[in-house]
Amino acid sequence: MNFFTSKVNDALGWARKYSIFQYPFVTACCGMEYMATNAAHYDQDRFGAGFPRFSPRQSDVLFVVGTISQKMAPVLKTVYDQMCEPKWVVAFGVCTCTGGFYDNYATVMGIDTIIPVDIYIPGCPPRPENVIDGLIKLQEKIRKGEQARTLYAPSGHK
Amino acid sequence: MTLLQTVQEQFPQDIIETHDFRGDETLIIRASALRAVAEFLKEMPRMDFNFLMDLTAVDYLSFAGGRLPKEGRFEVVYHFFSLKHNHRIRIKVPVDDKNPEVDSLCDLWASANWYEREVWDMFGIRFRGHPNLKRILMYEEFQGHALRKDYPVNKRQPLIGPQTHD
Amino acid sequence: MTETRSMLLNVGPSHPAMHGVIRLIMEVDGEKIKGVDVEMGYLHRAFEKMCETMMYAQCFPYTDRLNYVSPLINNVGFALSVEKLLGIDIPVRAQYIRVIMSEISRVTDHLTCIGATAMEMGALSVFLYMMKAREYLYELIEEITGARLTVSYVRIGGVKADLTQGFADKALQKIAQVRRVLVETDDLLTRNRIFFDRMKGVGKISAQDAISYGITGPFLRSTGVSYDVRRAQPYLIYDRLDFEIPTGTQGDNLDRYFVRMAEMEQSLRMVEQCLAQIPQGDVNGDLTGCVIPAAQMVDRAKMGQTEEFIEDEVTTDPTLQGSTRKYYNAINAPKKDVVLPAKEDTYGNIEGLMNHFKLVMYGHGIRPPVGEVYFPVEGANGELGFYIVSDGSDQPWRVRVHPPCFPIMAALPKCLVGGMMADLIPTFGSVNMIAGELDR
Repeated sequence: MNFFTSKVNDALGWARKYSIFQYPFVTACCGMEYMATNAAHYDQDRFGAGFPRFSPRQSDVLFVVGTISQKMAPVLKTVYDQMCEPKWVVAFGVCTCTGGFYDNYATVMGIDTIIPVDIYIPGCPPRPENVIDGLIKLQEKIRKGEQARTLYAPSGHK
Repeated sequence: MTLLQTVQEQFPQDIIETHDFRGDETLIIRASALRAVAEFLKEMPRMDFNFLMDLTAVDYLSFAGGRLPKEGRFEVVYHFFSLKHNHRIRIKVPVDDKNPEVDSLCDLWASANWYEREVWDMFGIRFRGHPNLKRILMYEEFQGHALRKDYPVNKRQPLIGPQTHD
Repeated sequence: MTETRSMLLNVGPSHPAMHGVIRLIMEVDGEKIKGVDVEMGYLHRAFEKMCETMMYAQCFPYTDRLNYVSPLINNVGFALSVEKLLGIDIPVRAQYIRVIMSEISRVTDHLTCIGATAMEMGALSVFLYMMKAREYLYELIEEITGARLTVSYVRIGGVKADLTQGFADKALQKIAQVRRVLVETDDLLTRNRIFFDRMKGVGKISAQDAISYGITGPFLRSTGVSYDVRRAQPYLIYDRLDFEIPTGTQGDNLDRYFVRMAEMEQSLRMVEQCLAQIPQGDVNGDLTGCVIPAAQMVDRAKMGQTEEFIEDEVTTDPTLQGSTRKYYNAINAPKKDVVLPAKEDTYGNIEGLMNHFKLVMYGHGIRPPVGEVYFPVEGANGELGFYIVSDGSDQPWRVRVHPPCFPIMAALPKCLVGGMMADLIPTFGSVNMIAGELDR
């Protein structure tokens, strides 16, 4: 019996990883590199990830692209809560990973203090090749069916 | 006559100082004369300043270590531009911090509306006669005025999420 | 007895139009828009406060991220303001390089604007063509500056490094490719029935309202007012270039589209003229001695083998490591207290090292005189002005950016009220709001 369920899990993982419906939560400069990765030169569609769904109810990967300010944080949490399971989160750009060089009163130092993050793509902005590398790592995670669940304390800057 | 001389002739007692640093003509005037000077700059055909290009403020708390004292703690800075004559002028209005208030210029130039909201948000300077003076860049729950020199740069007031440790 | 009321609808802050984060609270009656309230500030990253805590040279990465589709124009604007404050001039070759990079950035901005607008109206192919053209220009920018998007290429007193060998031919080739893409886009959009009907007569604003709101740039030029900072107050070498200023008549979305397409053509023309007119760099001194990589020079110096260094010429990667003696005079102002010395001097002798130290360490650095300046440059959206107040120390007292799309967003309700819900998308697209610049 276990043999069959593990085969079914493998098939599900394979199907899910090649049909990624992303919700691009684009705020800032990283959005330009996101658009470049989506376009014809560095194509994202070859990985099955080329069709962004602009509604959180219909998507399974939340790409947080660009700095999240304190004013925007509740909106991000609402959008994350509106997505259905299984869901993954990609922190695109260093402003979402740790806050970048905007250590001030207006920015959130890393979105993993608010929502659990699966893949971190650093860079300011990351080159499209980095993005595709992150996407392949995400596909590996999706295939295994692992999801992140933990939040972290804010990264220390004194 | 230069621009500065024209304005000085019209309002001799309201002008505190003028200068021409690097070619930018600047006048520092008293807050009570702001509306009169603004109307003069807009209506007078020789001046014809139809663009209010920028409206901002500067906080001079402990400027240059206290060596160069200023009239008031804040100065509201107006940049005007005339399309027809292609000249610019800068008007500065000193404001003290006990009662920071200046007249609004919303009815003369429509651009003043949002600029004054931003100055209120960042510095806490009120504008008399503004139709809708509320915060524009920060959220309403934010306490304090962010660009003042006594507001520390990384004092966060998060809406959600953990409080930071500084 | 039925009663009708209007509905309050929230567009944003996170919405598919990939322009950035903004919230429009709209009061709609069926499909007609009765009122719009714009709420911004969702990308406020405290640029002005951060600049007060940094030295002048450290502010450049923050300026890149203001208008992130044309980052070089922001860099150039900030550098020109500080240079006006210091009262210095830069060499002619550096001015030409700044103009070339600014105009290439302007083209990338307009490509992104038109591409995104067309995509939201359903013309997805146009978006892909514009991104393809943008990639050609990014390759050019990357070759000179080392980065595609956030470049930090300009320095106070010059630029970081000179143009590479063979840049002129490569640039002319890419410009020809971009022109072909523009012709294809023109064929697809300009006489397209759907595009025309959706953009004509929509989002109108009169010239008087635009001036009262303080709007500049393609938005103002589409209403018929021909104001361009490059013509009115020429800076760098714009007075030596021959270009036209396209203007519209109606002030609606279609005119803004035409103005942007024409401006791209003018910018490409300007780059070609610059490449033809640019003076050659000075070659400083004799090139006797061998050429070694800079890292090797440092290693040998650490071991005490410094005998040949006076004549040696050093190679550095022109996009990464700064300027060598050969190119130094052509791209940097001759002021020791403002620009970093050539790499041979920094690594080779103690005077160069001390000069480098005095400019880079905290507490030292560039010290402009006490005063204030305002310098406007022509950004892709309008007049981008930097107002800098200095107190004589190495950190600016106040840096204020006049963002060109701030007054345009204030005037957005005027363009939208009275139209239909579907008119929101092309109007908002043609405004070209860049949240990094609007919220700073």
